[in-house]
Amino acid sequence: MFRVLLLGLLFGITLTMGEVISWFRIQEMFLFDSFHMYGVIGGAIAFGVLFNLAARRFGWHAETGKPLDIHQYEIGWKRYLFGGTVFGMGWAITGACPGPLFITLGAGYWPIALAILGALGGTLLYGILQKHLPH
Amino acid sequence: MLNMSPWPWYITGPIISVVMMALLLLGRRFGLSSNLKTMCTIAGAAKLSDYFRFDWKAQSWNLVFVLGTVGGGAIARFILLAPGPVNLNPDTVKVLQSMNIGDADSAFAPAVLFGPEAWSNPLAVLVLVLGGVLVGFGTRWANGCTSGHAISGLSALQWPSLIAVVGFFIGGLAVSHFVLPILLPAL
Repeated sequence: MFRVLLLGLLFGITLTMGEVISWFRIQEMFLFDSFHMYGVIGGAIAFGVLFNLAARRFGWHAETGKPLDIHQYEIGWKRYLFGGTVFGMGWAITGACPGPLFITLGAGYWPIALAILGALGGTLLYGILQKHLPH
Repeated sequence: MLNMSPWPWYITGPIISVVMMALLLLGRRFGLSSNLKTMCTIAGAAKLSDYFRFDWKAQSWNLVFVLGTVGGGAIARFILLAPGPVNLNPDTVKVLQSMNIGDADSAFAPAVLFGPEAWSNPLAVLVLVLGGVLVGFGTRWANGCTSGHAISGLSALQWPSLIAVVGFFIGGLAVSHFVLPILLPAL
C-alpha cells in the first residue's frame, strides 16, 4: 500500500510539473494551439504500447503471480461515444479530468472542490439513471 | 521554493506510463474515475442504486493512490515548481483574453474560476459544479477517463477506448469552440 501511495505522489508531482493540471493547458489543447498535451498523452501511450507488447511477448505477471489486470472493455460503442462526449464537455469546462480534479485540490486551488462535489453528484446521477441509458 | 522549471511533455508522458506499468506490476490498475464510484458507495449511495453495491474495500488501494496524488500536487506546487504563468501559445492567450480571461499570460490557473473570488461568484460556482457533474456522469457512462481509456486502454490497443477518446474530443471541442465563448465572458 505504501508503494501505491508513492506512485500516487509521483503521479501528482508529474501532472503538476508537466502543467497538465493547468486549466489553461487544456484550453490550449482543445484549441489545437500546442503540441504539449498531445505529447504528454501520446508519449504515455507510446511507452504503454511497448510495455503491453513486451508483457505479452515475455509473459510478465504481477508480483502477486496473477496476470496483469488489463481491463478488457466490453464490445460496443454507445456508452463509450456518448459517455466520452459528456466527459469531454466537463473536461473542457473544468480543465480537469478525474486525476487532476484531486491533484488541483492538493495544489491549493480550493474552488476545484466544487467540481469534485459535482463529479460525485454526476457519478450518483449515473448510478440512478444507468438502466435508462443506452450502453 | 526550489524554483524548478515545468517539465516538458517528453518527461511528463513517459513518467505517466511508468506509473501505469508499476500499478499493473503491483497487481493494480491505472484508472482514476472509478474512485468517484467508490466514494459514492462509501457515502451510502447503495441505498439509491444497486450500481453502487460492490465490495469497495477491494478498491480502497485506489483511494490511497488518490491521497498520494493530492500530496504530490501540494509538493509540486509549493516546493518544486517555480511560481509563474504557463508558457502558452500567444494565440491561446489572445483567444482567452477576448473571453475576459485576462490572466492567461500571468497565472497558472484563471483566478475567476480557481482564485478566492470564485466562491463569491454564483456563476463561477455553478460552472464548476456543473462541469464536475459532466465529468462524473460521463466517465461512469463511458466506464473510464483519460487514465483508464486514453492511456491504459489505448496502450492495450482496445477499440472501445479509441471510441471513448473520440468522444472526449467531440465534447471538449464543442464546448471549447461554442460554449466557452458565451460562458466565460459572463463570469
